Amino acid sequence: MSLHQLTAHALLDLLKSRQTSPKEAYSAVLERIKAVDPKVKAYIHLSHQEPDFSGQMPIPIAIKDNLCTKAEEVTCASRILKGFVSPYDAGVIEKVKKSGGAILGIVNMDEFAFGSSCETSCYGPTFNPWNLQCVPGGSSGGSAASVAADEAMWALGSDTGGSIRQPASFCGIVGLKPTYGRVSRYGLIAFASSLDQIGPLTKDVRDCALLMNIISGYDERDSTSVNAPVPDYTKALVNDVRGLKIGIPKEAFVEGLDPEVRRSVEEALNLLKKLGAVIKEVSLPHTPYAVATYYIVATAEASSNLARFDGVRYGLRVQPAHVRKNALVDMYEETRSKGFGDEAKRRIMLGTYALSSGYYDAYYLRGQKVRTLIKNDLDQVFKDCDVIMTPTSPTVAFKVGEKISDPLSMYLSDIYTIPANLAGIPAISIPCGFAKSGLPIGLQLMGRAFDEEMLLRISYTYEQNTEWHSKKPNL
Amino acid sequence: MFLPAIDDSILAMSISKEDVKYVAALARIDVPEDKLEGFTKTLGGIVQYVEQLQKLDVENVKPTSHAVPVGNVFRKDVIKPSLTNQEALAIAVEAKDGSFKVPLVIE
Amino acid sequence: MSQFETVIGLEVHLQLSTKTKIFCSCANQYGCAPNTNVCPVCLGLPGTLPVLNHQALLYGIKVGLALNAEINSFIKFDRKNYYYPDLPKCYQISQYDFPVAKHGFLKIKSGKEEKRIGITRAHLEEDAGKLIHDNSASCSLVDCNRCGTPLIEIVTEPDLRSPQEAYDYLNTLKLTLQYLGVSDCDMEKGSLRCDANVSIRPTGQTTLGTKTELKNMNSFRAVKTALEYEVRRHEQVILAGGKVMQETLLWNDEKATTITMRSKEKAHDYRYFPDPDLVPFTIDSKVIDDVRAELPELPQAKFLRFLSEYALSEYDANILVADVGMADFFEASLKVYPQAKKIANWLAGPVLMELNNRKKSIGELKLTPKDLTSLIAKVEDGLVSNLVGKEVLTAMLDESKSAEDVIKEKGLAQVSDDSSLFVIIDEVIVQNPAVVEQIKSGKPNAIGFLVGQAMKKSGGRANPKKLSELINRRISGV
Repeated sequence: MSLHQLTAHALLDLLKSRQTSPKEAYSAVLERIKAVDPKVKAYIHLSHQEPDFSGQMPIPIAIKDNLCTKAEEVTCASRILKGFVSPYDAGVIEKVKKSGGAILGIVNMDEFAFGSSCETSCYGPTFNPWNLQCVPGGSSGGSAASVAADEAMWALGSDTGGSIRQPASFCGIVGLKPTYGRVSRYGLIAFASSLDQIGPLTKDVRDCALLMNIISGYDERDSTSVNAPVPDYTKALVNDVRGLKIGIPKEAFVEGLDPEVRRSVEEALNLLKKLGAVIKEVSLPHTPYAVATYYIVATAEASSNLARFDGVRYGLRVQPAHVRKNALVDMYEETRSKGFGDEAKRRIMLGTYALSSGYYDAYYLRGQKVRTLIKNDLDQVFKDCDVIMTPTSPTVAFKVGEKISDPLSMYLSDIYTIPANLAGIPAISIPCGFAKSGLPIGLQLMGRAFDEEMLLRISYTYEQNTEWHSKKPNL
Repeated sequence: MFLPAIDDSILAMSISKEDVKYVAALARIDVPEDKLEGFTKTLGGIVQYVEQLQKLDVENVKPTSHAVPVGNVFRKDVIKPSLTNQEALAIAVEAKDGSFKVPLVIE
Repeated sequence: MSQFETVIGLEVHLQLSTKTKIFCSCANQYGCAPNTNVCPVCLGLPGTLPVLNHQALLYGIKVGLALNAEINSFIKFDRKNYYYPDLPKCYQISQYDFPVAKHGFLKIKSGKEEKRIGITRAHLEEDAGKLIHDNSASCSLVDCNRCGTPLIEIVTEPDLRSPQEAYDYLNTLKLTLQYLGVSDCDMEKGSLRCDANVSIRPTGQTTLGTKTELKNMNSFRAVKTALEYEVRRHEQVILAGGKVMQETLLWNDEKATTITMRSKEKAHDYRYFPDPDLVPFTIDSKVIDDVRAELPELPQAKFLRFLSEYALSEYDANILVADVGMADFFEASLKVYPQAKKIANWLAGPVLMELNNRKKSIGELKLTPKDLTSLIAKVEDGLVSNLVGKEVLTAMLDESKSAEDVIKEKGLAQVSDDSSLFVIIDEVIVQNPAVVEQIKSGKPNAIGFLVGQAMKKSGGRANPKKLSELINRRISGV
């Protein structure tokens, strides 16, 4: 196996036994990027800063374009942040650097994380390494594609409604959204503050545990960061699910779900049953309303979070040639109209509408209340179950351009992933098969708050008893 | 599917062009006339979709603004170093006299 | 008697004097070079998050308690969304429906009457930056130093009934807040700002008339003048058969007139919603009790106590209480020299004059209670006269010296011993035989002339009382 194909833990073994060096591994991945990224287009730009290779975990890592990294241009794949060079490191970047992480570069995403396909990026789309005609998923499309294509040993992404898990599923890798508050949001360019979390995208479950060890933990600069001790997540990697209870929501397996996806997930379920897990049918009666709830609450918060991109202090500024209303208002409007893509504008306007005078109660407040109902459903199920399983996405990766002109149909690809964000609970996507087309299928496990260990344990057991994670795309 | 069909019997509260103009102005986004129709239609479809939430009884339900119950997070009143003026303005689009420069604001 | 009744409500924004800003750890300092007290958080850089300064909340509770308000046991912060170049995040973190304090009051003395002014609420929020307009260069400059300064906004019920009452309220509020030590309450530095809402209605009517909002008043006097102008304007409009338009007006002090603000947003749709980056806060009764236990004696209570405990006049008590430094200085002086009336006289008289001349507060003056009381003692003992004592005070302040040193160096000690005085007296008697005769022949008041002469001869340093006594003795042959 070539260096770039290794998992992080395999590389660590080699490093321990001095069979390679951090610099060699880093160079190998850079070579791989050079070779395949012209096709995959996962990277926006490579880092021009030479990593310090002396740390404990010098793993070549890709960083999503919404994580502030000092001295790097960080743009959220938007024209409006063109030229913004971050003067500070996000909390997780500090942790990655402290652990010795070797930053390869900044990877592509949907503009401001608004999307499920990586097609709204101002840099153009990233392509799925398994089929370059297809999307890698979004919004952490670049993170997922880079890991799947061995263009990074692992990557950081962010997840607001499924943006780590869905691309992980489309690209046949592991993606985890931690419990809300588990990982510091300081330095994550916010989309929806009450839903966002940063998380790992990795080649296998062990790597996921390792990266979680690095990035988790309290940050006093983030008021929503939880001050709870971080366990050693690798201790959860136990090949044993006997007696563990897996809940299957009856609302999940209904007509409209891609039959191949359904079959893969059912087979996974059977395997876990064989391995000793107890399967229970459960109900999450309010989850059909999750997408609607999300598109009110998340866009409302986003509309406020994105207000700061106004051309005054940083980023893009555009002034029309002739005065329309007055120079200042013109600057605001022209900057934001030229700087934001259509999907960003849509979401900002939708969010503004949901908060506007006369509509707050009907939309935003109501949305937050339905959120409670959804959370209560999940809490109720977790009284009797250790995890809840669903497909990660109702389909496999779709073709580039297929859904982009119908935003609503794009939003519906998040139906399984959204509830975990609304409830703040952790959720993981792991590969569970392939469609006939060769595109990967992912299954999702949701767990109780701060019980990432349960997710890792069941995922690890499943992985140890299957081969999906060792398959690689033909690039 | 894991979601209800769009129910036509729900009060079809769609969004009007005037609404879109109002909201766009609040958000400081200029929507040119030729794009207004398109935006209104798309937004209208989404607004109509989220209307289904009106079906639910949320009378005695408390809103969730924070998924994980954390409260009383404070910072000690201790000064930490600020950025230098140079660092602060390094990101500036336009700067003058140590400040961020913008077009003349008329009050 | 006006056919109209004036109704005024005031909104005061006060900068809290915490060490750091409300949501970040930048220094909370006035007067620094532009954009030197800023960090990614208060600059509103992407990815940054607010964390509440504990001291700011405690100050907020302190203010609420001093205003006799109810402290909410559950509070939260909300985003007020609008665009202006001095607002980096394009929203202000403020409090909408769960402020720190509500339903309070402040007692004011307007004329002879004491009146209760209702305080609707007091809430915490962050300040915006400063915008400087450069007309010649056709640009505006944004200084973010002030962004994130902790503010408390205090809103009154529409209980004020005249511009004078508004003025009195502001002075009382300022004094109360200065006593708390939570702000320097300086309108010139901008640490205290005031907006006013004013309307008029026919006397006897209970519903409110249309109100206008006044901004840009830079002193308490300006608030009073602006309100007087605006009340008159409302009256004129109504008497002419028109309707007062609800609008926001800027006060122009130079022109002594209000001007309409160019319409910003038609109606301000601030789209308030709970800030998801901040958590909710519960304030339990123990915290409130702890803050209450630490409240200093407030001006009204101190005033009453000075009257009863020290038998001071209302005039003196008012002057002492009007500045917390002055009141503290007074009581510290009493510890060294327990003569309340005398100390009060000196503080309300010569010391106050020095403060006014030097434009300083007593804290800024290099004068200790020991310094002052030692001077007072010397005057009382007759070492220097009252008049000379005032000169000594000036010199003490000018030269940073003790009373003793000044008196010694300038040779200001009154001459009071008999033998030295007799030397002068004898000279004067010899030189003024006619006057001596007048005294002897039944015009005792003529002694004043001799005293004057003796004073002149002594260079003003003779003790006049002593002179009078000794001259009389000499003349009567003692």
